[in-house]
Amino acid sequence: MNITQAIKIIMRHLGDELLITANGRISREAFAINDRTENFYMLGSMGLASAIALGIAVNRPERKVVILDGDGNLLMSMGILAQIARLSPKNLVHIVLDNEVYNSTGNQPTISAQVSLEDIAKSSGYTKVAKVTARGTLETTLKKCLNARGPSFILAKIKPDNMPKGLGRVTHTPIEIKERFMSGINGEKRD
Amino acid sequence: MLHSKEFVRILKSAGYDFFTGVPCSLISDVILSLEKDPSVPYIPAVREDVAVGLAAGAYLGGKTPCILMQNSGLGQCLGALASLNLIYRIPCLLIITWRGHDGRDAPEHEVMGKALPRLLDSVRLPYKRLTHKNAHKAVGWTRQVISQEKVPAALFITKGVLK
Repeated sequence: MNITQAIKIIMRHLGDELLITANGRISREAFAINDRTENFYMLGSMGLASAIALGIAVNRPERKVVILDGDGNLLMSMGILAQIARLSPKNLVHIVLDNEVYNSTGNQPTISAQVSLEDIAKSSGYTKVAKVTARGTLETTLKKCLNARGPSFILAKIKPDNMPKGLGRVTHTPIEIKERFMSGINGEKRD
Repeated sequence: MLHSKEFVRILKSAGYDFFTGVPCSLISDVILSLEKDPSVPYIPAVREDVAVGLAAGAYLGGKTPCILMQNSGLGQCLGALASLNLIYRIPCLLIITWRGHDGRDAPEHEVMGKALPRLLDSVRLPYKRLTHKNAHKAVGWTRQVISQEKVPAALFITKGVLK
């Protein structure tokens, strides 16, 4: 599966879950596919989508929090796996879209082809860890993780492709993203 | 000198209710006191930028966060402060120990010790230096910056201020 297909599948299964998306193509795709009140598009601060999500998850235990992370992002801040596992929020689902490249900057290789990220998540202490390669298994695994006690970790292996030419940037300003997301945390809906 | 427990009390009464960070020996008693305090969380972070991310999430979730770090850690998280906190207007209190401020510290603190205020000036992050006398006023000022301008505010702590 490619990254667009994976994000479409994931977003189809989200209800009122809070979604934190990693910078670059992942945020742009999520914005283009379904621009929800509950989406927080991280535009900069590469590596920290998972940390932001963790900060939300521990403070809002009543809300399910989903991270749409990338392999480049995770490798950049790998200590976050230990940090998440140590705090062990049961309302957190950490999805890593692993295409083994820095997609947004022109497909330069990361090192995830040689690193078993799912094993590191497992030994760090995530409650549930899965590696998926097919669309169907992504779907079934995600459904299970959304209903299971977390923190869970899904490594989705993605076939690298070029970022679509027409894929635009997130058009909301950062302040708009924040304000709308905060209203989403409190259960409101906004355009 | 300002007692670390008293400083924590001032921070809490100013409304700070989520603490994270990476230790420095100058604030070891502050962190110890926070860790023992059942009324607020202190989350030891693996790195200063992770602390910034955690605090940002806490703010989005309704908290008023405080991050503790050494000035060496500011180098680790300046990018996050610039491309997360400052563009989204996600505030926090940064308590930064100022190692090397007088040029008489370990060699690893020399460069950052000299650069600290200018680094914050360059990204327009407001700061004040904490003394044993100004704690109430300085912490109150940070709350004002946070609630009005919604940007991080920093307090520098040098050796000998806290006990």
